[in-house]
Amino acid sequence: MTVAQQPEALNFECETGNYHTFCPISCVAWLYQKIEDSFFLVIGTKTCGYFLQNAMGVMIFAEPRYAMAELEEGDISAQLNDYEELKRLCEQIKRDRNPSVIVWIGTCTTEIIKMDLEGLAPKLESEIGIPIVVARANGLDYAFTQGEDTVLAAMANRCPSEAPVTENEKNERNAIQKLLNFGKKKEDVVQEESEYVDHPPLVLFGSLPDPVVTQLTLELKKQGIKVSGWLPAKRFTELPVLEEGYYVAGVNPFLSRTATTLMRRRKCKLIGAPFPIGPDGTRAWIEKICSVFGITPKGLDEREAQIWANVEEYVKLIRGKSVFFMGDNLLEVSLARFLVRCGMTVQEVGIPYMDKRYQAAELAFLEKACQEMGVPLPKIVEKPDNYNQVQRIYDLKPDLVITGMAHANPLEARGINTKWSVEFTFAQIHGFGNARDILELVTRPLRRNNNLKDLGWDKLVREEAKI
Amino acid sequence: MKLAYWMYAGPAHIGTLRIATSFKNVHAIMHAPLGDDYFNVMRSMLSRERDFTPVTTSVVDRNVLARGSQEKVVDNITRKDAEEHPDLIVLTPTCTSSILQEDLHNFVERARIEAKGDVLLADVNHYRANELQAGDRTLHQIVQYYIEKARKKGELPTTKTEKPSVNIIGISTLGFHNNHDCTELKKLMGDLGIEVNAVIPEGASVHELKNLPKAWFNLVPYRELGLMTADYLQAEFGTPCIDITPMGVVETARCIRKIQQVINEQGANVNYEDYINEQTLHVSQAAWFSRSIDCQNLTGKKAVVFGDNTHAAALTKILSREMGIHVVWAGTYCKYDADWFREQVSEYCDEVLITDDHGAIGDAIARVEPSAIFGTQMERHVGKRLDIPCGVIAAPIHVQNFPIGYKPFLGYEGTNQITDLIYNSFTLGMEDHLLEIFGGHDTKEVITKGISAGSDLNWTKDGLAELNKIPGFVRGKVKRNTEKFARDRGFKDINAEVLYAAKEAVGA
Repeated sequence: MTVAQQPEALNFECETGNYHTFCPISCVAWLYQKIEDSFFLVIGTKTCGYFLQNAMGVMIFAEPRYAMAELEEGDISAQLNDYEELKRLCEQIKRDRNPSVIVWIGTCTTEIIKMDLEGLAPKLESEIGIPIVVARANGLDYAFTQGEDTVLAAMANRCPSEAPVTENEKNERNAIQKLLNFGKKKEDVVQEESEYVDHPPLVLFGSLPDPVVTQLTLELKKQGIKVSGWLPAKRFTELPVLEEGYYVAGVNPFLSRTATTLMRRRKCKLIGAPFPIGPDGTRAWIEKICSVFGITPKGLDEREAQIWANVEEYVKLIRGKSVFFMGDNLLEVSLARFLVRCGMTVQEVGIPYMDKRYQAAELAFLEKACQEMGVPLPKIVEKPDNYNQVQRIYDLKPDLVITGMAHANPLEARGINTKWSVEFTFAQIHGFGNARDILELVTRPLRRNNNLKDLGWDKLVREEAKI
Repeated sequence: MKLAYWMYAGPAHIGTLRIATSFKNVHAIMHAPLGDDYFNVMRSMLSRERDFTPVTTSVVDRNVLARGSQEKVVDNITRKDAEEHPDLIVLTPTCTSSILQEDLHNFVERARIEAKGDVLLADVNHYRANELQAGDRTLHQIVQYYIEKARKKGELPTTKTEKPSVNIIGISTLGFHNNHDCTELKKLMGDLGIEVNAVIPEGASVHELKNLPKAWFNLVPYRELGLMTADYLQAEFGTPCIDITPMGVVETARCIRKIQQVINEQGANVNYEDYINEQTLHVSQAAWFSRSIDCQNLTGKKAVVFGDNTHAAALTKILSREMGIHVVWAGTYCKYDADWFREQVSEYCDEVLITDDHGAIGDAIARVEPSAIFGTQMERHVGKRLDIPCGVIAAPIHVQNFPIGYKPFLGYEGTNQITDLIYNSFTLGMEDHLLEIFGGHDTKEVITKGISAGSDLNWTKDGLAELNKIPGFVRGKVKRNTEKFARDRGFKDINAEVLYAAKEAVGA
């Protein structure tokens, strides 16, 4: 007899890939809002349009800066000329919206008919005078959040390669103003610069809501680290400078292509760290960046402890409970690691795609968390099979299943608590300050069901006779 | 290529999936890339399904692109057959698989050898049919398959039911208020002494399909779904089809009279006139409503109607014929069936609009400035922007259009529901205007009554200030007239002076 075996390393499996997730073109929903002067043109079929229209719900009515270039039979059979068609639509977009960039989202259909978007874009770009960025965010290759990865990887190539020498120019233009504020302004600048340690430029990548950008930037400022830029910035015209030798760090686990592009094409150095999700993750992220720059982080112990103390009322609700990730947005490993730290047992981490190199630090951090909390290491299931997972859920009876909306209601009707996974993509979950938001989401089904627990309404489907 | 932000009818596979998942114990397998199974989310969220949506995907990925699906589709079919023992598996092509041109027929043939259940390939062309046409086609295909199967086995019933009976054809999942309509129709049939032989596809088992010929007649309540099936049954078995939508008081009576005629021809001896009379005058409140003072106040008010064929046509008739409301235009996005729509509504509205371009609809609404809109969720949002109330009468719809409470659109209870919907839309608009006339919360700085971008004219501050003093319900008209006046005279800026000059010019 052996004691319940505690596997020493994480156990990776790969299933059939028969799982539910959002199509990666959904990234336009949050990216068009993030990049304020952009226009996203999804080149695809009615199927793509129908998905966007329904998935984005009310956003669709707010005159979004995105549209479908809906392919018709003539486009598929090449009776129409791709270039002429795209030119006509892009000119219309230029006329109506005048964006600073048009992002073409290639879809499954453009892949299959081999429409040469990358080839057409530069030609059309010079003709209409608006940058055209091509991202192939299709369901043949990618899942959900990976769509952002393809867009950012394409954008990385558009970042200016050297700092513009605007300093002198600017000074000249503002000569009078400078004259007026002379002494004072200089003092400010000097003082501000002195708050930062002298380190090589650092650019962060990953699209986050502006408040979270501010929070993380300030968090690093406390350690004397200056963030030279974010990919993406608020406007396409403000993309950060990327010179050879710059340091880059990712804020989201699904950005492996972007990371690769930054390293290989832009010759940047990637800081591989756990992601700043949860107070533990945020701390590890900062510590890793500090260590690369040779900085001793200060005050992180207290900061993390403070956050944990603040969220104790939530943690109490989930401590000792079990959670099952069906997997659909690639945030799963980071969230699992955070929930282990909260005292939960993770039964399974389903994930669409596992980049063991890009997520190496996060995976190691998950292992460490499990060991320190004394819970078994979860099984990581890449390309899961939803049918098999549902059978495993019936067997394991987890206290909480984090899953897509296709399964949420049916599982709830069978008395299984669920949290809809897409909310984690849209909620603010990064940094110390947003740990509460993650827990708010995770505990919501448990709190709701606590309120209803005496009603005897757990299982709301009729038991069917087994054949 | 077409620049599109919004579509009224979904892609073809949605129609097929709606039919497949409406049946009991039928499973659909999509031949599609990852993420195309969004239908499951819609069904689970919109109609709050308790059960797993019986749709899975045979994923088309890079490997499939390179080598073809090979065994994958067949394996997925046989696997699903073994896991869930469905009566029927419908292999559903998508836009992606249409271009790949894999021999899905062959996969189905091969899967049939191993599978215990039946396997069908949905016969739908993605680039030619939309959701509604595909749904109609798939239902026909499944019915035909099971009729022929029963015929081969000699299991086809040869006699009609003893008492008059009906098949209700076209009730489906994610259909606009379909389940309430179904209950109402069953109740109506009960009142008329007619047995319901079958309701398809919603809740039906494919094994019941062989009994369809037993019915005395088929009732197809919706124009978009079921006619192909009813035509097929008429051709095969001579079963008469009644395709009058019982929506509104007059149309419900017309539908019942048609039923009377059809079953009397087959030897029943019924007279429904007393029933119609009793329901119209005393049970349904709609006829009484149209006599009441409330409805008098609506006389001549302007409305526009847009939706699918069934609902837009019925609503137009109700507004115009039963309530005396002025329908300026009525429109449909069912372009493929436009002639029918024109024929139905042309005497009840000034203009007929056939388009699936929501921009054109928005502009047409802005141009007309009706007191109320009856349309889809898109028109509701146009209404919000223009401050015009809107009643939602057709898909595309949101979760709030799947009410838990009983809200049929068909039959006599349907007439009550529609009356509430129409009246509430108009009164809301009136209250709003009264508020504005009596100096309510009229603090809005900007007024935009145009949907399409760009007026070339510039309103100066004092011009705008004057314009804002004009009561809301005529403000749009004044603004438009002034702009026309300015454009005609070549003014670039519109100030208070121009506004009043324009007012004088039109003699207002």
